[in-house]
Amino acid sequence: MAERADKTRDVIVIGAGHNGLVNAAYLARAGLDVLVLEKNDHIGGAAVSSVMYEGWTYSNCSYVCSLLRPEIMRDLELPRHGLQVIPYEGGATMMRNGDHFATYYDHDVFREEMRRHSRKDAEAYDHYSTAVMKQCRWIKPLLLRTPPDPTSFRPRDLQELLYLGKHFASLGERDMGELIRFFTLSIADFLDEYFESDVVKAHFAGSGIIGTALGPYSPGTAYVLLHHYMGDIDGSVGAWGFARGGMGSVSSAIAASLLSYKGEIRVNSEVAQVLVENGKATGVVLANGDIIRARKVVSNLDVKRTFTKITDPKDLPGDFLERVTKFKIRGSSGKLNISLDGMPTFNNVPAGHSSLRGDLHFTDSMERMERAYDDWKAGDWSRDPYVDMLLPTQIDPTMAPPGKHYMSVFVQYAPPTLSGGRDWDGPARQQFADTVINQIAACSPNFKDLINHYEVRTPWDIENEVGLTEGNIFQGELTMDQLIFNRPVPGYAQYKAPIANMYMCGSSTHPGGGVMGAPGANAAREILRDLRIHGMDPRQEIEL
Amino acid sequence: MNAPVTKPIHVGLKPTPFIERLRPLNKFESLEYWKGYWSPADYGNAEREYFAIRNTSSVFDLSPMTKYRITGPDTVAFLQRMVTRDVSKIKVGRVGYTVWCNDEGKVIDDGTLFRLGENHFRLCCQENQLFWLSHSAEGFDVNIYDETDEVTGLSLQGPTSCSVLKALGCEGIETLKPFEMRAFPFAGGEVVVSRTGFTGDLGYELWIDPSLALPLWDGLQEAGKPFSGVEPIGSHALDMVRIEAGFIAAQVDFVPADQAIRADRARSPFELNLGWLVAMDKGHFTGRRALLEEQKNGSKYCLVAVDIDGKYPADGSIIYHHKETEVGHITSGIWSPTAKRNIGLASLLVPFGKTMLDDLWVEIYVMRELKWEKLMVKCTVVKAPFFEPARRRATPPLTY
Ligand SMILES: Cc1cc2nc3c(=O)[nH]c(=O)nc-3n(C[C@H](O)[C@H](O)[C@H](O)COP(=O)(O)OP(=O)(O)OC[C@H]3O[C@@H](n4cnc5c(N)ncnc54)[C@H](O)[C@@H]3O)c2cc1C
Repeated sequence: MAERADKTRDVIVIGAGHNGLVNAAYLARAGLDVLVLEKNDHIGGAAVSSVMYEGWTYSNCSYVCSLLRPEIMRDLELPRHGLQVIPYEGGATMMRNGDHFATYYDHDVFREEMRRHSRKDAEAYDHYSTAVMKQCRWIKPLLLRTPPDPTSFRPRDLQELLYLGKHFASLGERDMGELIRFFTLSIADFLDEYFESDVVKAHFAGSGIIGTALGPYSPGTAYVLLHHYMGDIDGSVGAWGFARGGMGSVSSAIAASLLSYKGEIRVNSEVAQVLVENGKATGVVLANGDIIRARKVVSNLDVKRTFTKITDPKDLPGDFLERVTKFKIRGSSGKLNISLDGMPTFNNVPAGHSSLRGDLHFTDSMERMERAYDDWKAGDWSRDPYVDMLLPTQIDPTMAPPGKHYMSVFVQYAPPTLSGGRDWDGPARQQFADTVINQIAACSPNFKDLINHYEVRTPWDIENEVGLTEGNIFQGELTMDQLIFNRPVPGYAQYKAPIANMYMCGSSTHPGGGVMGAPGANAAREILRDLRIHGMDPRQEIEL
Repeated sequence: MNAPVTKPIHVGLKPTPFIERLRPLNKFESLEYWKGYWSPADYGNAEREYFAIRNTSSVFDLSPMTKYRITGPDTVAFLQRMVTRDVSKIKVGRVGYTVWCNDEGKVIDDGTLFRLGENHFRLCCQENQLFWLSHSAEGFDVNIYDETDEVTGLSLQGPTSCSVLKALGCEGIETLKPFEMRAFPFAGGEVVVSRTGFTGDLGYELWIDPSLALPLWDGLQEAGKPFSGVEPIGSHALDMVRIEAGFIAAQVDFVPADQAIRADRARSPFELNLGWLVAMDKGHFTGRRALLEEQKNGSKYCLVAVDIDGKYPADGSIIYHHKETEVGHITSGIWSPTAKRNIGLASLLVPFGKTMLDDLWVEIYVMRELKWEKLMVKCTVVKAPFFEPARRRATPPLTY
C-alpha cells in the first residue's frame, strides 16, 4: 500500500451524501481541517440532480424537500450558497371510477372537497390534523438532539433522559398514552379512527408507506406518516416543496458552504477500509490503495455498509456486529424519471387545475395499497403500484426547456431481490418500468406520446449507485425498534462507533432518513464535544 | 336656463384598467386599501405569489401609484431644487430613485424619477405630492400634472421576466440595463419598459395607455405559459420581497415629514440609511442646510437591517440594549422564505446600530393557542439586502 503524501487531517468524512456534507460543513465551520471522500464522480448521494437527456434535469433519487432542518439552512447559510426551496400546493388521487380526490391550499376549500366524498370525513379532518400536530410537536424538538442512552448513568445521559421525560410529561396524561400507541399503530388503524371514505384514507396513507417495506396494515406505519409530516416550509408544518434546480441543489449548496469554510471534497475516491490501529480509527484506505490519515473518521454510509463492508469485523465487538447484521434495511422502492415533450392531460382532473401542481396518485383504496405490498412480499414489484408522481416543472422553470416537462415518479413497492432467480439488471427493469408507465397512461391519454426519455431506478440500481443497502431510501427502516435511542442499534445512538475516534453521520442514525441533515449536524456536535470545541451547543428551545 | 346636472362621484372602490381580468381571479375577495383603488392583498395564497416573484414571474397592478408629469423649460432646475439627488445625472431614458425633504432636512417621501425627455420627467411615488410639488415650483417655469389615471403601470418581476418579455415581442429586451427604460411597439401602440421594481430581483415595470391594459395583460399571460406561468400577486407578497430587498416604505418605516405630528417622528435621509441619495455638491436644494448641519453634528437615529433569532416575525417589536434600555423598534419584520432568516428593518437611537452593535435584544410577543408568550431574542445588525441574486444586475439576464 502506498502512503500518499496527504497530510493528516483532523477529520475524514466517508461519503458526500447530504449528511456527510452537513457534518463536514459544521466541523469545518468550527475550524477543523476536513476532507470528504466520495466514491462517485458526483456528490450528494440520494440528494442529487443530473442531466441524462439534453435540456432536462432530473432529481434522480429524492425529489421533494420538507425535512431539511431550517436551523441547518440558517447555520450553514445555504440560501446564500444558492439553495431555494419552493413549496408546492395541491395534489390528487385519481380514482378508478373517473372521480378524484384533490387537496387544496385553502383549508375550507379542502373541506368542501372532502365533503364530496364524505361529510363526516370533512369534519373529522380537523381532529385528525390536531392529532398529527400533537405528535409533531412532540417529535420536532428531538430532531436536533442526541438521544440519551437509557442504560447509562453518565450525568449527560441522565440530564437528557430527564429532558425527554419532562418533554413527554408535557403532553398530559391522555396524550402520553396516545403517543405510545401512535408509535406502534398501523397507518390504516390510525386513519380508521377518523375517516370512512376509502379514497380519503388511501390518499393520506401514502405517507405511511413511502420508502417502507411494510403495508398500510402493518404496525409501525403510523410513525412513518409522522416522519413525512414533521418537516415544514417557512413554518407551515407538513408542507413540501421543490429545491430549485432539483435536489442536487441541496447538496451543492451544502458543498459550497463547506468549501467556504475551507473544507475539501474529493470525488472518485472510494474508501475500501477504515484504518484501525490499536483499537483506534486512524484514517482510511482508498480503493486505489492510498492511505489518508485523520484524527477522526466519520462514515456517512448506512450502518450496515459501514460495518460490514468498510470495517474489518475483527475490530468490532461481536454483539454489535450481530446487531448491525440484523439491522432492518429492506429496500421497497423504485423510481422513474421522465422527460416529457409537453404537459400530460389527465382524464380525472381538468388541465390547468391547481391539484396537478402537487403529488399525484392512482391508488384509491386501502385494499389496493395492501395488495401492492403483497406483491413485494412475494418477491415481485407491485402489479398495481402506489406511485407518488410530480411534475416539478410546472413550478420550477429551470429543469426543462420552456413548455416541456420533467416528471418524477416514485414507486412503491419494488423488492431488493426478485423471486424466481430473476435479476433486476435484465429484462425485469424494463418490465417494471412498463408497469408504471401503463398505470399512468391508463389515466393520461397523451402521456406515452409525450415521453422523450426516461431513467429507471430499481432498488438494485439505487444500491449500486448511491450505495444505499438494498436500496432502502432511509438507510434503515423507521420502526420503533430502530428509532431514537435504538437507532441504529441500542447502545450506539450517540453517533459514536464502537471503535475509538470513529463516528456515524448517515440517515441510519437518529432521527433517520430523508433529506433532513439532522444526523449530520448531530454527529458534528458530538465530535466537537469530544474535541472540546465550543460553538455548537444543543438547541435549548427549538420553538424559539 | 337649466343648470347642468352634476353627476355625483362614484362611491366605492375605484376600478383600475386591469380590473376586468383581476377581479375574477381574486376568488377570496382579499383586497388591500390603496388610496381607494381596487387593489388585491392576495389571490388566496400569498406564499405562492411570493414564490412566483422569486422563482418565475409575477404581475402586480401599479395603476393606483401616484404619477406626476413634470415638463417645461425649468424642469431640471426645479427638480434639482426639490429632490436630494443630482437630477442632471439621470440621463434621458433612465430612471433614478430619490427622496425629497422639507427645510429641516426630513424626508417627505421617496419615489422614482423617469426621464422621458430633456425637459420631461415622470415622478412615481406613494403619497400624494401635488401640494408640495406646487409649492416647490414657485418661481420655476414648469408644468406639473397628475397623470395617475392616464398612464397605467404593471410590474412584471421575477427570474423569468426577461424571457417572458422577449416572448411578448420586446426584441432586444435582454440588453436593457437596470434603471434603463425603452419603448417597444405593442398592439398598435407602444409599451414603455423600465428595468425597475420594488422586489430586489430581476424585474421590469411596464407603462402603457389604459386602453391597451387588457391586451397587455393577456399578452403576458400567453407569453408566460412556457415559463411556468406569470402569476398575479397582491400587496402581501410584494411587502415580503421589498423587506428582503431592504427597501423602505412610507408610512411603515418612516412617517412622511409633512404628516408627522410628533417632533421626533420625522427622519432625514441619513437616518433612513439613504445618505447615498444626497448630492451635497450639486448646489442648493431644499433641506440641504439642515442636512449639512446633521452631517457635522451626527444623526440622532439610524435605520439598519437586522437578523433576529428564532422564527417569529418581530414586526413592531421594541429593541433593548442589554435587555434593559429601550433603543428602538423594528419597523418591518418578516420570516424570509428565501433567506430562511427572521429578518427586519430597525430604527435605532444612535449610537446603537452604528457603533454599539452588541447585546441588542428584541421583545417579541407570540400568541400560542390564545396565550401570549413573551420572548427576548437576540438581534444582530447585518447588511441588507437579505437576498441578492446575480440576475438582478446582470445584463443580459436571460438565464434563470
Ligand atoms: C429513490 C429515492 C427517493 C427519495 N425521495 C425522497 C424525497 O423526496 N424527499 C426526502 O426528503 N427524502 C427522499 N429520499 C430519502 C433521502 O434521499 C435519503 O434518506 C438521504 O438522501 C440519505 O442521505 P445520507 O447523506 O444519509 O446518505 P446517502 O445519500 O446514502 O449518502 C451516502 C454517500 O456515501 C457514498 N459512498 C458509499 N460508499 C462509499 C465508499 N465506500 N466510499 C466513499 N463514498 C461512499 C455514496 O455514494 C453516497 O454519496 C429518497 C431516497 C431515494 C433513494
